[in-house]
Amino acid sequence: MLIKDSDRIFTNLYGRQDWHLPEAKSRGDWDKTKTYIAQGQQWIIQEVMTSGLRGRGGAGFPTGKKWSFMPKDDGVTPRYLIINADESEPGTCKDRDILRHEPHKLIEGALLSAFAIGSHTGYIYIRGEFYREAQHLETAIEEAYEAGLLGKNAAGSGWDFDLYVHRGAGAYICGEETALLESLEGRKGMPRLKPPFPAVVGLYGCPTIVNNVETIAVVPTILRRGGAWFASLGTPDNTGTKIFCIAGHVNTPCNVEEAMGIPLKELIETYGGGVRGGWDNLLAVIPGGASVPLIPTDICDNVLMDFTSLAQCKSGLGTGALIVMDKSTDIVKAIARLSKFYMHESCGQCTPCREGTGWMWRMLTRLSDGIGTVEDIDLLEQVTYEIEGHTICALGDAAAWPVQGLIRHFRPELERRLGVRRAG
Amino acid sequence: MSNPPKDFKIFEFSKENKAKIELILKRYPEGRQASAILPLFDLAQRQCGGWLPPSAIEKVTEILGVSLVRGYEVATFYTMFNLTPVGQYHVQICGTTPCMLRGSEDLKRVCKKHLGIAEGETTEDGLFTVNEVECIGACVNAPAVQINDDYFEDLTKETFLNLLEDLKGGKDIKPGSAVGRQGSAPLEPPHERHPREGGEPGDA
Repeated sequence: MLIKDSDRIFTNLYGRQDWHLPEAKSRGDWDKTKTYIAQGQQWIIQEVMTSGLRGRGGAGFPTGKKWSFMPKDDGVTPRYLIINADESEPGTCKDRDILRHEPHKLIEGALLSAFAIGSHTGYIYIRGEFYREAQHLETAIEEAYEAGLLGKNAAGSGWDFDLYVHRGAGAYICGEETALLESLEGRKGMPRLKPPFPAVVGLYGCPTIVNNVETIAVVPTILRRGGAWFASLGTPDNTGTKIFCIAGHVNTPCNVEEAMGIPLKELIETYGGGVRGGWDNLLAVIPGGASVPLIPTDICDNVLMDFTSLAQCKSGLGTGALIVMDKSTDIVKAIARLSKFYMHESCGQCTPCREGTGWMWRMLTRLSDGIGTVEDIDLLEQVTYEIEGHTICALGDAAAWPVQGLIRHFRPELERRLGVRRAG
Repeated sequence: MSNPPKDFKIFEFSKENKAKIELILKRYPEGRQASAILPLFDLAQRQCGGWLPPSAIEKVTEILGVSLVRGYEVATFYTMFNLTPVGQYHVQICGTTPCMLRGSEDLKRVCKKHLGIAEGETTEDGLFTVNEVECIGACVNAPAVQINDDYFEDLTKETFLNLLEDLKGGKDIKPGSAVGRQGSAPLEPPHERHPREGGEPGDA
């Protein structure tokens, strides 16, 4: 079931080769770019639709469909392509590899995608902490300008396209697309109400598409090898390849590109070198970055790494980042630490999230120490549902889900701690 | 960084930074210069040796034509802006769950003990400030620490303390993995079907 090396898109994921333009070209980047543009906007959008590509930033929205939401070009209003490189989801470090080792795949993808949505200007919003990655990206963009691949008549295609890097300054919330737009306009990163969606009213009030780094970086390969090729990999509705991050208690943590729908166990055993102490030493896995509920071992045994399978077991693929926890883990403390993360990162705009994230953290910290009553567990669970769905953006949901997952699968552990304390 | 501690009662961008600002402003459409607030704060913070004094916030809002209160809103919202002075080396230990699972709590403990300071404090010699930060996005190379602009990864208590000692002794330190990993690649091929990445030198 493992994919062939020849089906891997990111051939320099680890940076074993040089990332500059000449080497990138030798790996196939920027090859005949203008011929794809010559086939027209509709052709590109159709190929991306055929590929079944779903956004790689966490939500998994079909990319071709998102692009098709752009209103008709009136020839006057600017249209923007924003690439979301504000990678901050705990567990996730895949875009970082693209930014530092495959910047030209991203830049070529930006040109092709911008043309498809009728945009002449793009911004890459990169998290501020990725300073060295931003340097690589800026150098790669300079190389592209010098080689005529960006700017007027980019890559000889007849399409003008300018691309800029915009560094953030340390705010997880700016990975939320409307908070990102606020931040890019020079304000606090506080999400906007949707609708209107950015495709209609986005950056500076103009039609805007916001896509994840990995999403844009696979577009050139999809056009080269065909949407049908991409769709032939993975599982139905979950096509193509994906960069998975394997972090936590495994023998060899790493990033790896594999087919969507690879069994979770196979992914961990083949690339992560297995769980520390063996598969039987596994306690739980958070399969898609911190925002999705954890899954216990009995689910880990058979579940596939794709949007559909993980949603069926009340978790999610999210960013495809696995946080593996073995039996030495204090699971309550591990989830409490995530609650602390959300408390720190809540923008403070909506009350349920601003107040709820801190409350959940304090509650979990108490429960972790065995302080409280069984009713407190019920109360905590109830409050997570008061936060979920009651905020402008999904950060409230993302903060609630890990706690719900903990209570769903580890309630006996929470009760045990209360009992131990009472008995002691 | 070589400047003596200053109170920055008055702040003026250096000639070099003024030239950079010209270029930065060109990235955004006419009338949308406010977009440059993060890049300009970053330039100012670098010029001030790692922190953003009120006079610099004021200067940036003047240049961009936005209200001072908006400047403060932004400066206080984003964690990378330091509103008080920091040491020459700003040591930021990632404490979020993926790093915690691999020992970041040990790193925090030994670091504070070794330098004799609490979180958020600066050593008397002005060399180090230590902070715990949220996920810095190097999770498969956990535990990770950011010192100024660079990431130090796959650390242990020992390798981390060595880093701090080297910095104290004025030695150059090498960013990246402390165990010699290439980026996010697994340390050793765990399996013969390990991804080889087409045509790379040195691959069998």
